[in-house]
Amino acid sequence: MGFYLKFFPGGWRIAVFSVAMLVAVPVLVIFYSLLVPTDDVWDHLVNNVLNNLLINTFWLVLGVSIITSVIGVSLAWITATCDFPARAFFSWALLLPLAMPAYVLAFVFIVLLNFSGPVQSTLRMWIPPEYFWFPNARSTWGVVTVMSLALYPYVYLIVRNGFITQGMRTIEAAQSLGFDRRQGFFKIILPMVRPWIAGGLMLVIMETLADFGAVSIFNFDTFTTAIYKSWFGFFSIDAAAQLSSILVIFVFIVIIVEQRMRAKMRYSQTGRGGSSVQLFKLNGVLRWTLFGYSSSVLLIAFIIPCIQLIIWTLNVIEHEFTSRYYELLTNSLMLGILASLLTCILALIISYAKRHHPDKPTGFLVKISTLGYAMPGTILAVGIFIPTAYVDNLLIALSMQWFQIERGPLLQGTLLVMVFAFMVRFMAVGFNSIDSSMHRITKNIDEAARGMGIKGFNMLRRIHIPILKSGILTAATLVFLDVMKEMPITLMTRPFGWDSLSVKIYELTSEGEWERAALPSITLVLAGLIPIFLLMRKSDKL
Amino acid sequence: MIKKNTVLWFIALSMAILLTDSNLYAKEVNVYSSRKDHLIRPLFEAYEKETGVRIRYITGSEAMLFQKIKSEGKNTPADMLITVDAGNLWNAAKKGLLQPVQSQILNRNIPDHLRDDNNQWFGLSIRARTIVYRNDRVKPSELSTYENLGNPKWKGKLCLRTSKKVYNQSLVAMFIAQYGEEKTESLIKSWVSNLSISPLSSDNEVIEEIGAGNCEIGIINSYYYGRFMRKYEAHAFPLALFWPNQGENQSGVHVNISGAGITKYSKNKKEAIKLLEWLSSTKAQNLFADSNMEYPVNADVKPHEFVQKWGNFRQNVINVAKAGELQKSAVMLMDRVGYR
Repeated sequence: MGFYLKFFPGGWRIAVFSVAMLVAVPVLVIFYSLLVPTDDVWDHLVNNVLNNLLINTFWLVLGVSIITSVIGVSLAWITATCDFPARAFFSWALLLPLAMPAYVLAFVFIVLLNFSGPVQSTLRMWIPPEYFWFPNARSTWGVVTVMSLALYPYVYLIVRNGFITQGMRTIEAAQSLGFDRRQGFFKIILPMVRPWIAGGLMLVIMETLADFGAVSIFNFDTFTTAIYKSWFGFFSIDAAAQLSSILVIFVFIVIIVEQRMRAKMRYSQTGRGGSSVQLFKLNGVLRWTLFGYSSSVLLIAFIIPCIQLIIWTLNVIEHEFTSRYYELLTNSLMLGILASLLTCILALIISYAKRHHPDKPTGFLVKISTLGYAMPGTILAVGIFIPTAYVDNLLIALSMQWFQIERGPLLQGTLLVMVFAFMVRFMAVGFNSIDSSMHRITKNIDEAARGMGIKGFNMLRRIHIPILKSGILTAATLVFLDVMKEMPITLMTRPFGWDSLSVKIYELTSEGEWERAALPSITLVLAGLIPIFLLMRKSDKL
Repeated sequence: MIKKNTVLWFIALSMAILLTDSNLYAKEVNVYSSRKDHLIRPLFEAYEKETGVRIRYITGSEAMLFQKIKSEGKNTPADMLITVDAGNLWNAAKKGLLQPVQSQILNRNIPDHLRDDNNQWFGLSIRARTIVYRNDRVKPSELSTYENLGNPKWKGKLCLRTSKKVYNQSLVAMFIAQYGEEKTESLIKSWVSNLSISPLSSDNEVIEEIGAGNCEIGIINSYYYGRFMRKYEAHAFPLALFWPNQGENQSGVHVNISGAGITKYSKNKKEAIKLLEWLSSTKAQNLFADSNMEYPVNADVKPHEFVQKWGNFRQNVINVAKAGELQKSAVMLMDRVGYR
């Protein structure tokens, strides 16, 4: 690609500019609402509900951030460096919850932890009623737990990548400098993987802020709830868009702060850290403690919910299963593949542009391109829908005027718009993982390669792609899974008669039909396992 | 490189899909529906078989579909909008998404209070929002009206669904229409102070919590009760429905509708009206209502046997459009009294 650069010095900048502009259109459509004067809905929200919502949102984000970082980082650390039973299994199995949408986990948990659910029923058999107490699952801690269990894999995956790529040699070096294991971890390793933690946490926070499915199952009021209320309750799309803009601005500030922190650090590993390095040998008790810890996380976040889903599915499969499910499944898969392809290609372009032009304007454009992730899907869907309809209406008018041809809308209700919408929504996911690995290509590597006479396209193929491979794979997997799990954009932009698994789940869960939702849910989970397996097989080879 | 081929392939595929989708058929009706796929599919299949008219539809939430029709403007492919809740239909009409339809058949089949004054939308099934209770702990003689649920004797015994659900918004809007804001506010406040657990996210959960013994009474749409009882037939849960406000000077049971209207810029208006008329006919009404254990709007049609067993009730005959008119006030009121 350096080849292109020679001929088009502004090439990268034009590329990133076009992508950012494309992504910015829907965001700007929503921002436009800030110019519309506020109405009584706004006043009402500010006076009566906003206070409570902000407090709730604050605790939710804080709680989820803390728990996901603790679980994510600790699991990443032990599976990357410690020798304990079934370590290899856990290294990939702990990613499985990625395939479990937060809203599915939410309804499974509510049912399991209900008064009449199996957990409380069993406990009641053992504990006399006067001593019996059980926390209400429909509470702040309930939401925080569920969201954390659904989201920790983002931190785990990205930080584990950090540990592996930053290399075990650093740890050995720390030991040779006289740090013991704990000091080495806190003083050297943890600061070093901070960009990875920040990258993972960023995704977690954005996902938490934009979530509606899980919080609505708990009837837990967050900032997103107010957005939905403005639109669905008050039919004020302006108020909804205004609230979303505020949310996005807030996230924008967080991104800038995070990147400032990142910019202060330099990190590049010389040589390749590899799995050839010796794992920490631990004593028996500790080994089994780690085993216990890893398996409980896996059990609670994935295996138990899956068993519950399978039990329900077996109850209803007779009435529920039709040949339509194949169609739903292929639709979901196709959508995931197309969207992750497009997103990764564009994320790669943006990431390269950022590398070649580490200046402020480019940085700003890059940030703009990742903003879609912070916006609740429903609102983003509107931001995409309005300009699409506008272009369509324009085209229809023009074709009438110039060619006297009457024709239907060209863009609306096509997969193209859907895939584009997903690209806008999940660019941050793709970009974060690719960009993290882009940091590993140092100037030294490029220079060394050039010194050996490798340039242009060959440089990309022989040097960059192998280094970026794990990042690209991670990005593709995450986007694929996110797209399959996504509901509002799919609902709003899909063609006539076109359903996917998540649409089916939406239809059933919105009526509280959890048992019937189990079949599409478990299908979605199983389909999500495919890319996770692929990812783990490939990335272990690296 | 592979990457380049994939991009080309991707573009070609998208274009292919893009071009095939815009074909226009001779006789078709395009429907946007917020009524669930599994409830409308059998009806449409029956109609297609009977008439040969092709029906294409998408489902989604109301607010989204409205926005879709609005942004599509004159070029909307939608001919008919089907949605649940009168408040939603009222809003669709107010946003100028629908057009008036003059039809003797519709006027004859659908009672006045279940359709729009300007004939922009028509109710197709009735959904009764009523009281469900545990009949092993509560005697029906203890129950009387919706207002009565605010009586302190029910402290810690009431379960409600969230105020975010439009069914509750419509219910409260109807109270405002009858009693005015002030009285309604104190009524809802009394409900909130009787809650046993914080508001739940679905009617199903209200029934489940009552079944589990966490509360004793609640407010639900009757068909949720039907589904629950049918699903757990073997368990014989001690649950029963009560029809409130049946006294002589009382308002009757709060009813809502699922209904439909023809979009303002429909391209297949004639066919769409035919479909709408068919949906209100004796032939379709049973299919429409029974599939979800709702009540038919057409008085000539009896509800499903299973539903008949729950007894007869007198319904509130204030025009359901009030639910839309006062929805905003209702939501604000519930926010003010802390009904989540």
